[in-house]
Amino acid sequence: MMENAWIIPLFPLISFLLLLLLGKRLKESSAYIGIAFTLFSLLFSLLVLWERFTSPTYKIGTEWLKIGDLSITAGMEVNQLNALMLVIVSLVSFLVHMYSKGYMQGEERFSVFYAYLGLFTFAMLGLVLSPNLLQLYVFWELVGLGSFLLIGFYFYKEEAKQAAKKAFIMTRIGDVGLFIGMILLFWETGSFEYDAIFKAAAEGSISEGMITLTAIFIFIGAMGKSGQFPLHTWLPDAMEGPTPVSALIHAATMVAAGVYLVAAMFPLFSESSTALLIVAATGAFTAIFAASIGLVQTDIKRVLAYSTVSQLGYMMLALGTAGYVAGVFHLMTHAFFKALLFLAAGSVIHAVHTQNIEEMGGLWKKLKITGPLFLIGTLAISGVPLFSGFFSKDEILVSAWNHGNYILFFLALIAAFFTAFYMFRLFFLVFTGNQKKEAQNVHESPASMTIPMLILGFLAVVSGYVNTPWFGTFLGDWLTKGNHYLEHGHEDSPVWIMLAATLVSLAGITLAYMIYSKRSISRDWLGGEGSMMYNILYNKYYADEFYNLSIVRLTGIISVFFSYIDRFIVEGLVNGVTGTVQKLGKIGSRMQTGQVQQYGTIAFFGLAVLLIIFALTGGIFE
Amino acid sequence: MNSVPLSAYLVLALILFCIGLYGALTKRNAVIVLISIELMLNAVNINLVAFSKLGPAPSISGQIFSLFTITVAAAEAAVGLAILMSLYNRRKTVNVDEMDQLKH
Repeated sequence: MMENAWIIPLFPLISFLLLLLLGKRLKESSAYIGIAFTLFSLLFSLLVLWERFTSPTYKIGTEWLKIGDLSITAGMEVNQLNALMLVIVSLVSFLVHMYSKGYMQGEERFSVFYAYLGLFTFAMLGLVLSPNLLQLYVFWELVGLGSFLLIGFYFYKEEAKQAAKKAFIMTRIGDVGLFIGMILLFWETGSFEYDAIFKAAAEGSISEGMITLTAIFIFIGAMGKSGQFPLHTWLPDAMEGPTPVSALIHAATMVAAGVYLVAAMFPLFSESSTALLIVAATGAFTAIFAASIGLVQTDIKRVLAYSTVSQLGYMMLALGTAGYVAGVFHLMTHAFFKALLFLAAGSVIHAVHTQNIEEMGGLWKKLKITGPLFLIGTLAISGVPLFSGFFSKDEILVSAWNHGNYILFFLALIAAFFTAFYMFRLFFLVFTGNQKKEAQNVHESPASMTIPMLILGFLAVVSGYVNTPWFGTFLGDWLTKGNHYLEHGHEDSPVWIMLAATLVSLAGITLAYMIYSKRSISRDWLGGEGSMMYNILYNKYYADEFYNLSIVRLTGIISVFFSYIDRFIVEGLVNGVTGTVQKLGKIGSRMQTGQVQQYGTIAFFGLAVLLIIFALTGGIFE
Repeated sequence: MNSVPLSAYLVLALILFCIGLYGALTKRNAVIVLISIELMLNAVNINLVAFSKLGPAPSISGQIFSLFTITVAAAEAAVGLAILMSLYNRRKTVNVDEMDQLKH
């Protein structure tokens, strides 16, 4: 099966092409095509994963380009990380395809939406199968394109248009970093292949400074895609897209591509402690930074978006503190519970037609399925024991502690507190309390929307048990088996860390309960609306404003300057040249008057002149 | 009979040709232009006949050729006049200065 893994990304591609050709005619039955093809992908991915448990890594490649002695290959690789990612991506994609059938009902461009989903899924699956950096980069950009198209799906809305552009440009900034890193690695090792790069790095044929430099550049690429500070601002804005898209792209899969990249390049990163420290510090800072913004946002999707940024920061922190398994583990559990949260949020929005959590309330009784599922997702992300997020978060905290960087550890702990607090703030505001009048005739979503949520809810609970300190670290053992770049020592995980994590998350939940449900603590006890703290957080630390004033303004000034150069100097030169040619042409065209008699006269005199010359010189043959 | 030299015929033909050429290149009226072209053709005919009688290798074929030329000239004049008629029907003019539609 593994040798046929290349077929997995092709299914969504076929779906994309079919829907492009037939979408207009199929209308809403396009959904069945999309669902069927992603189901094939899912089944094949599961088979590949199953086979990968027992057999070794499969790798195949053919020559793609040959320039001189240099050959660039294209192919695919199925290692543990890739196989796991295949299943995560195809599963979430399949569920989102199914969910969208209900959510997007009545949408005019229904088939286009499914076509875009297919394109994105194809790109993402291709990305995780890539055996070398160049191929990865191609799919990396395709994924960005898919994201751009889907964020801007409601292109008639000005915000959606702006958000799509912002996402594309911000991630491009990161992509340039990745590209530079890739070129530098190629320059040093003469290959794009992961294996060759890791071998060169391990053998020390690349200088230490160079390893750090390339790792940082590659991390900049990961920062752009995964919304790490300071390239995070596009991700919350990306919530302008349809909610299923937010679940698929901006929570579960594409934003995890940055984490995947760092994980895939982990042997390179692990050669440089500086690079690891930068990854860890960026991750920890992003985790707490985004979590603090999430505390005060009022848009249900934006709260989730900031929590995504924060959780991605967690994964980066894990990778940066050499917790390869912890990072990948959290990537997996996060994909499930965050997709669940987004789909549940979509179901809530579908029911009440607003995204403002202040206008919701008392939905627990109305939404009998969505409510409990949202609670499961919230418990999982908050790190409540027995749910999946608990185990993966614990693993990250252990990794940060064992790495010996206590500042990062405490940052992560505080971020965990924030996470529990804002997630339960969201939950209490939406589902408990009094019903608002907007929510009178609310009804539960159709089955096509609730079934995917049920599956994800199940996974959000159980997916943590594949790697626990209690029953065994199956995932960790399997991920690192046979990979000599990753030594997975069974690190001792102090029990007190687990206790501390539990306490912290319970404290966050209790506080949220006191403030937003029992209201025994005033909402304004730490600074209400209008206070400085609130304003800073509500306006996201003024990051957007800062970028607008500095980078955007500066770029604008430079662009205006260059546009003047273009308009007056370049265009002037071009106009001068064309003007001259035009005038010459006018002179020439004046000879063509259409007066046959003039032509005759000229011909006659021409002949006469020739004859005179002939007579005077005596002919050329003489 | 041979008192008239060849050059006299050639000069006559030359004068006739020049008159025709001048007329064809300067006259405004298309009918006059056609008549001038006939003059030039006749200058050629005189040359043909003169050479066939007084040329370095006298032969009857020159005279036969001139008969051919006269026939062809008659056909050409008929076609030319027909074109001129249809042009006149369209444009209500025979002034060649105004027939400049083929420029550019």
